[in-house]
Amino acid sequence: MSRTTAPAATMTVDDSRSGLLLLTISGHLDLTGAAVLWKPAGELIEKHRPQRLQLDASGIDYCDGTGIGLLVELERRMRLVGGTFELRGLREEFTRLHEQFDLDSLVELPSSRPEPCCLPEATGMAVVKTWQALKTLIYFIGELTVALMAALKRPQSVRWRDVWLIAEKAGVDALPIVALLSFLVGLIMAFQAAIPMRQFGTEIYVANLIGLATLRELGPLMTAIILAGRSASAFAAEIGTMKVNEEIDALTTMGLEPVPFLVVTRVLAALFVTPLLTLFANLLGLAGGSVVLLSLNYPLVTYLNQVRSAVGFGDCLGGLAKSLVFGIIIAAIGCMQGLRTGTGASAVGDAATRAVVSGIVLIVIGDGVFSVLYYYLGI
Amino acid sequence: METAAKPIIEVEGLSAAYEERTILDNITFTVGRGEVFVILGGSGCGKSTLLKHLIGLYQPASGSVFIDGEDLAAAWGKARKALLGKIGVMYQHGALFGSMTLLENLCLPLEEFTDLPEPARRLIAAMNLSLVGLADYHHHYPAEISGGMRKRAAIARAMVLGPQILFLDEPSAGLDPVTSAEMDELILRLAGSLGITFVIVSHELPSINTIADRVIMLDKDSKSIIASGTPQQLAHSNIPKVRRFFARQAGNG
Repeated sequence: MSRTTAPAATMTVDDSRSGLLLLTISGHLDLTGAAVLWKPAGELIEKHRPQRLQLDASGIDYCDGTGIGLLVELERRMRLVGGTFELRGLREEFTRLHEQFDLDSLVELPSSRPEPCCLPEATGMAVVKTWQALKTLIYFIGELTVALMAALKRPQSVRWRDVWLIAEKAGVDALPIVALLSFLVGLIMAFQAAIPMRQFGTEIYVANLIGLATLRELGPLMTAIILAGRSASAFAAEIGTMKVNEEIDALTTMGLEPVPFLVVTRVLAALFVTPLLTLFANLLGLAGGSVVLLSLNYPLVTYLNQVRSAVGFGDCLGGLAKSLVFGIIIAAIGCMQGLRTGTGASAVGDAATRAVVSGIVLIVIGDGVFSVLYYYLGI
Repeated sequence: METAAKPIIEVEGLSAAYEERTILDNITFTVGRGEVFVILGGSGCGKSTLLKHLIGLYQPASGSVFIDGEDLAAAWGKARKALLGKIGVMYQHGALFGSMTLLENLCLPLEEFTDLPEPARRLIAAMNLSLVGLADYHHHYPAEISGGMRKRAAIARAMVLGPQILFLDEPSAGLDPVTSAEMDELILRLAGSLGITFVIVSHELPSINTIADRVIMLDKDSKSIIASGTPQQLAHSNIPKVRRFFARQAGNG
C-alpha cells in the first residue's frame, strides 16, 4: 500500500462511562495521521478525565515513531491526570518499537532550552561574561604589546612576507571602494553645502569645508570604517576558522605563539596601509569637492588655493596620526575576536560580526578622544 | 643507562574540569621511552581532554604533567619552547594550515626553529613527506587531498623537528580498514626505526591490538583510569566494563 493512498488514522470513542474511556484508533498512524489525532485525543482526556483509558490499537496498520509518540503522549497524559492506560491489540512489530521508549523519562516534557530563570540571574551572567571579555581584552593588549615590542627589537623575527601579503589584501585591494566612497562623499557634501551657501554668495567657502572636514575627520574615519568592514571581519573569520580547525592549537604546540605569529603580522600590515589609504581617501574627497566648484564655474586653481589657505600641514598630519591608531585598533580587534572564537561554524560568523561592530564602536570612541585631545593641543 | 629507565612522561594526580564539570579525576600514569602507549575509552570519557593536558594546551585543575622530567604547564618562554620541541602532535583532522601547501606546512616549523638554509629546509620537509608516503603531493593544499593523507601529512609535520614523543589524536578514526591498517604500519615503522615514543588516543580495537605496547582505559563514570596493561591483559580483564568493551568491538570488527 503506498503511503499517499493509505487511509488516514481515525479515532472513535466506544464508551465513556463512570471513569472508563474506551478508544479505538485505526489506520495509518504516521506523521500525518498522528497530527490529525493529537489534539482531539488530548481534549478527550481533558474532558472526561477518566480513571482508566483503554485503547484498542488492533486496527493500526502502520505506525512510525510519531505514531508511537501519540500512544506515549496518551499514556503520559493519563499519568498526569492520575489514571491508568491500557494498550490492546497493538501489532507485535509496533509493540517492539513502543517498548523502546522509557516513559518515566518523558512524563516531564523537556523544556525547549535552559534559559536563565529571572532578571537577576540573567544580569549576573551578563556581568560575568562582560568581565571575562574585559579580562581577555586586557590579556590580549598586554600580549600584543609585548609581541610588538619584541618585533621592534628584532625586526628580522617578523614574517615580512606575510605582512606584505596581508597589506596587499587589506590595502591595495581596498583602493577601489575607498576611492568611490570618499569621492562621492566629498562630492555630495560639497553639493549640499553649495546650495545654501550660494544664497549668500559664499560658495567658495565650500572648499574650506571640504578641506577641513575631509582631512581632519572624514578621510581617516571613513577609511577606518571601510577597513573594519573589509579586513577586521576577514581577520576574525580567518583566525576563527583556524581556531575551529585546531590550527591554532597546532601552532601553539609547535611553540609558535599565535599572537606574535598571526596578530603582529596583521597589526603591522594595518599600520602600513591605513595612513596610505587615508591619504588616498583625502585626495579623492578633495577631488569630489572640486567637481562641484568646477560646475559652479570656479577655476580649479581657485579651489586649490582656497583649500590651501584653509587647511594646514598640521590638519593633514593630525588626521594621519589618527588613522595609525585606527589601523592598530581594527587589526587587533579583528584578531582578538578571531582568537576568542568558540566551536562550530556559527562561532566564526559571530566572531566576524563582533569584530566589525566592536571595531567601529572603538574607532568612533577613539575619534572622539582625538577631537578632545587635538582641541586642547590646539591642533 | 639511567635515563632510559626513567619514564618520558609522568602524570601525577591530574584532574581536569570545564567550569564546574569534572572531566578527569586524579589520574596518574607513566609512559616509558620508546613505548607505543594508547589511551583508550568510549566517547566522551575525556580522552582528548587528557591529550590536551599532556601537550600543555590546557592548565590542569590540579596535579601535574612532566615531559622528560619537566613540568610543561609551569614552563615559560625559552624553557617551554625547548620542551615543546620534544613533542609533535597530530590533531584528529590534521590541523594543517589551509593556506599553505604540504611542503610549506612542513617547512614552517623548520623556518621558525632552525637556522637551516632554505634549500635544506625543503629537503628535510620532502624527506618527511616521503617517509609517510606523500612524496607526490608536495604542492597540494590540504583541501586537495583525502582525509587519510591529511592525517599522514600531519604526522610528517609533527615529526619534522625530530621530536622524542609523538601524540596522535585518533589516527585511524574515519578511515577505511585498509587505510587504517596502513596507518598502523606507518606508526609501527616509525616507532621501530626512529625510536619515537607514541602516545595515541584511540578507540579502534583492531589497530590497538596491532600497535599498542600498553593501554590505559578511561571511564566516563569514574572519570579515571579503570584498567591498564597490554591489550591482551585488558581483553581478559576481570572488570566487566573493560571486557565488554573489548568483546563488543571484536565482535563488530
